Amino acid sequence: MTEPHDDHPHVPGPSLWPVGFAIGIVVFLVGLIISWWVAGLGAVIALAFAFLWVRDLTAGTALAHAPDVAPETGGAAADEPAAAAVHDEPEERYPRSKFLELSTLGLGGVIGGIVTAPAVGFMIAPAFLKQGQKDHDIGPLTDYPEGKYLIVTYMADASQGEVSRRTAFVRYNGQLKGQPSFTIISNHCAHLGCPVQANGPLDEKNTKHIGDVTLIPTVSIAGFGCPCHGGQYNTEGNRTAGPPVRALDRYSFSIRNGHLFIGKPFSVSHVDGAGASAVIHKWTFSFPGEHVNGLESWLYPIQPPH
Amino acid sequence: MATRRLTRKEQIQQTILYPVDWIEERSGLVGGIKYFLFRKVPGDTNWFQTLGSATLTAFIVQALTGVILAMYYKPDPTIDPRTKLPVAYESMQHITNDLWAGWLVRGMHRWGASVFIILMFMHMGRVFLFGAYKYPRELNWIIGVLLLAMGLGEGFTGYLLPWDQTSYWATVVGVNLNGTAPFLGPFLAQFLNGGTYINSDTLSRFYAIHMLMIPGAIAALIGLHLYLVIRLGVTSPPWSKEAAGTGPLDGHTPNGAVGRSGLSRFRRGK
Repeated sequence: MTEPHDDHPHVPGPSLWPVGFAIGIVVFLVGLIISWWVAGLGAVIALAFAFLWVRDLTAGTALAHAPDVAPETGGAAADEPAAAAVHDEPEERYPRSKFLELSTLGLGGVIGGIVTAPAVGFMIAPAFLKQGQKDHDIGPLTDYPEGKYLIVTYMADASQGEVSRRTAFVRYNGQLKGQPSFTIISNHCAHLGCPVQANGPLDEKNTKHIGDVTLIPTVSIAGFGCPCHGGQYNTEGNRTAGPPVRALDRYSFSIRNGHLFIGKPFSVSHVDGAGASAVIHKWTFSFPGEHVNGLESWLYPIQPPH
Repeated sequence: MATRRLTRKEQIQQTILYPVDWIEERSGLVGGIKYFLFRKVPGDTNWFQTLGSATLTAFIVQALTGVILAMYYKPDPTIDPRTKLPVAYESMQHITNDLWAGWLVRGMHRWGASVFIILMFMHMGRVFLFGAYKYPRELNWIIGVLLLAMGLGEGFTGYLLPWDQTSYWATVVGVNLNGTAPFLGPFLAQFLNGGTYINSDTLSRFYAIHMLMIPGAIAALIGLHLYLVIRLGVTSPPWSKEAAGTGPLDGHTPNGAVGRSGLSRFRRGK
């Protein structure tokens, strides 16, 4: 019995079960796309072959006969003079030498920690602290005609320069209960963050520049589309086709001294209705591609401070 | 004692060997290099087994051309008021269009990146099909998978550096793909961006990861990878009569000299 053990230390024999397991996984994945019934069948196939495979693997190995192997290895080690030397009694050691060894390791560890902690903190913390953006003036209310989208670009942080330029689609919805109502939609696709475009002609001749803000009027747009992977949205930002997992993000806004200020972004699962009377289902700002409601949102229980 | 005058040939030999001996006596490095290069390998090794060293060569080309490119590249996203172009993009154009052989070195780095990734996959396929990942080489497979991940990380971080529209939006998509990973995904995405969005620090962040962090890790892992290759020996092809890995391992003990046996088993197999 010892010889085959030496010849094939840990190599299992040839087996067809992994092939069946792989087929089961493929059927399961295809089933996720076409029908739950097929997915269930695939899961059953995969589980059955996984069981057979594991049973084959564990048969005749240490897992099945643990007591047989352990003494054998011990015996082999004792025959080997080099290995036997390892088991020799360790030299007698002075307490001082032990103390010095421990204090060298301990002090080294403490010094290493003192140096590493702030460095790693410096690498990670700035990405999570002082996030969020200040309200930004995007021009007087008179620049926003009722019922028309304007493409507004602005520099979110002047100290960072052009890299902080953001784009939003802004539409004045008229008055709601005596207050002006605006729809401000982010151009970050809810699939993977590419810049969605207005589906319709722009009136670029009448582009206005106010400081770092640019306003491009649209003629009439039928919604928004993403050039990267084909996500489509209607004029309220609801997903109508393609891979996005939710509606387009929106920005809060405020009005000061007759000027419109763009505020913080938030995520939207979907919007009921349209214009001033729309009901927006609002959620914490999340990265593109993350579900904000439903079962899949359980995958993203905590959002970093945005 | 009468000393014979040395012949001309002997004189030349001594002149060449003197510095080699000098180094060997003080460091043992010459012996180490011999041990590394002149190993016993199975008699029927195959051209496919050169894919690993080809991958290593591709990495060395990337490292050398990368160091040279770093002498001219500026990871700065601010707009140059003179040309209205970002400084990073400008420096990349300067390398390609103005500097002597800049197009060649940048081209080597750019296309060499694809060569490196393709060779890694081919090497991986060879190891898989030859069964060279099996005992006792499982650990080396795991290190290889880490190297593959690091290599893909190099591809991802390097793609942003030209700072044009393609690289910018590809990075947006890549970061957000990381963001969709369950639980820690959003934190990973924000770490990569260095903030909620790509910002003025993102480019230099990617540059540091691309040219310092990951290459260091790759170099260290390649060291481990080669150490294990030398310690465990080269696998015979599956059709080999020498049947490496199936012969008894002499000195096979829990902490015994597997490396020596890895070599000696070929000697005894003949």
